[in-house]
Amino acid sequence: MGRDDLTGSRIRERRIMQGVKQGDLAKQIGISASYLNLIEHNRRRIGGKLLLALAAALEVEPQALTEGAEVALLGVLGEAAAAAKLSAQDAEGAEAFAGRFPAWAEALAASQRRIAALERTVETLSDRMAHDPMLADKMHELLTTAAAVRSTAEILTGDEVLEREWQDRFYANLDDDSLRLAQSAQSLVMHLEKAQGETNGRQSAQEEVDAFLVEHGYYFAALEGEPAQTAVEILLGQAAQDLSAGAHFILRGILAQMHADAKLLPLAKLEAAIAREGVDPLALTRVFSVPPAVILRRLAAVPTLKAGLVVCDRAGAIVFGKAVSGFTIPRFDSCCPLWPLFAAVSSGGGGALMYERLAQLGRGDTQFDAYAAADVGDASQYNAVPSAHFVMLLVPVGVPQAAMPARAVGVTCRVCAIDNCSERRELSIMQSY
Amino acid sequence: MSKHVVLVEDETNIAEAIRFLLGREGWRVETLANGGNAAEVIRAAMPDLVMLDVMLPGKTGFEILAELRSDAALSDLPILMLTARGQNRDREMAEQAGVSRFMTKPFSNDEILTAVRELTDGRLDKAQSDA
Repeated sequence: MGRDDLTGSRIRERRIMQGVKQGDLAKQIGISASYLNLIEHNRRRIGGKLLLALAAALEVEPQALTEGAEVALLGVLGEAAAAAKLSAQDAEGAEAFAGRFPAWAEALAASQRRIAALERTVETLSDRMAHDPMLADKMHELLTTAAAVRSTAEILTGDEVLEREWQDRFYANLDDDSLRLAQSAQSLVMHLEKAQGETNGRQSAQEEVDAFLVEHGYYFAALEGEPAQTAVEILLGQAAQDLSAGAHFILRGILAQMHADAKLLPLAKLEAAIAREGVDPLALTRVFSVPPAVILRRLAAVPTLKAGLVVCDRAGAIVFGKAVSGFTIPRFDSCCPLWPLFAAVSSGGGGALMYERLAQLGRGDTQFDAYAAADVGDASQYNAVPSAHFVMLLVPVGVPQAAMPARAVGVTCRVCAIDNCSERRELSIMQSY
Repeated sequence: MSKHVVLVEDETNIAEAIRFLLGREGWRVETLANGGNAAEVIRAAMPDLVMLDVMLPGKTGFEILAELRSDAALSDLPILMLTARGQNRDREMAEQAGVSRFMTKPFSNDEILTAVRELTDGRLDKAQSDA
């Protein structure tokens, strides 16, 4: 493919750099999003007015789109020069610099692009803090109640002996305020946790993917039958207009995994086996002769089970979470180390299948049968560490049995009220110390 | 004659605690839970001190503050603002609107009493010597 044939790729790169959604750019220049998608994938040649309109919308010279890297590089170096407040004379030396030290010029341009992206992120977060009225309200409520508690407690513990009537009144106020304080704190935590699921343009790539998966109920019929390349590409194409490049990257991996699992264990066969064996992952591994992690992921895809799924990588970072009512999965904080998921991590990926009945403290009475297993890739070459993911399936327990108590686990240490936990990493805002 | 403070605070338990504290110090505390007619009440009462919450039903503390300061007769009235909104922007806004003191919640009772004394001692001494 010649340099001129890559105009669409440059348009896409520039648009993504600027954080503009494909649909928004298409609307701005008066074409359909699907047509812009074809342009960006170099399937339609463009020139004339449309090229000028795109260049204007992206605030670049048309040559930067048609001639490519050199012009684009000089443009970014120009931005770096402006940011560093170089004189016009020094800034004019950008071309000579790029010609003499091309690798250094590329490195400088990459840094400049990264700075621009980070600045946008900081702006977005600042904006959210300043313009989240719900958060401001909840903080106001919390501080106001704390003020009432503090003032009343100081009066009650002061040196002066209070008349009985005042004493009774302040005790009643304290009781009322302490309850409100607990509710306000809980409400604030829930708001902060819920914020990750919001569907607006200020999400992280992970949040975008979560919203997309929720919208589709974590199930894609196309992945059950179509060839992998076709099914995944069709779904990504449908999501193209709404998702950022970062979200696309994450979603591609998830869809490919879902498709591979569906090929190993078709839904119809799994449902038939569940009818015979029940939801028993160990029994199902014997029926299908597939790794336990595949069984757990496929069980999470069975719509009628309404099960949750958590997947982490070797470092314990959550890379996939299918939410289930009664169990919160933190996406930005570290998870509770008591989850069986981390027992699977510490098992070293030897094929063990962990099981425990558990309930998350402060999230209602729902109990879960939690199963966890490792999913370790095959050795591709000598001394190479194979890829590894760890999977935990959460099946809601219909009727809790007294004979089988559930172990209490948390969400993350910062908001956990479990006393004397040997795994605690940091103090909790839900406890006094 | 006892000193008179108008406390505009919709949080009843905070209002009750402050009423008790200042009452013990000899203040007559008049409490308003709504900002709607607060400026009129204060203008009519001409108290020695106003304590003003920011987030109020009816009218915000900032609006009441601006109304009071626009009246030449109330330009010297000590106004203590009590708020959970402790952002620099709010403090700056209150100072520009003419607040005498800006305190953020949660505060201690000592902090409240100290602020009240600092804002009113000189003024009350002067009023008594003028009388």
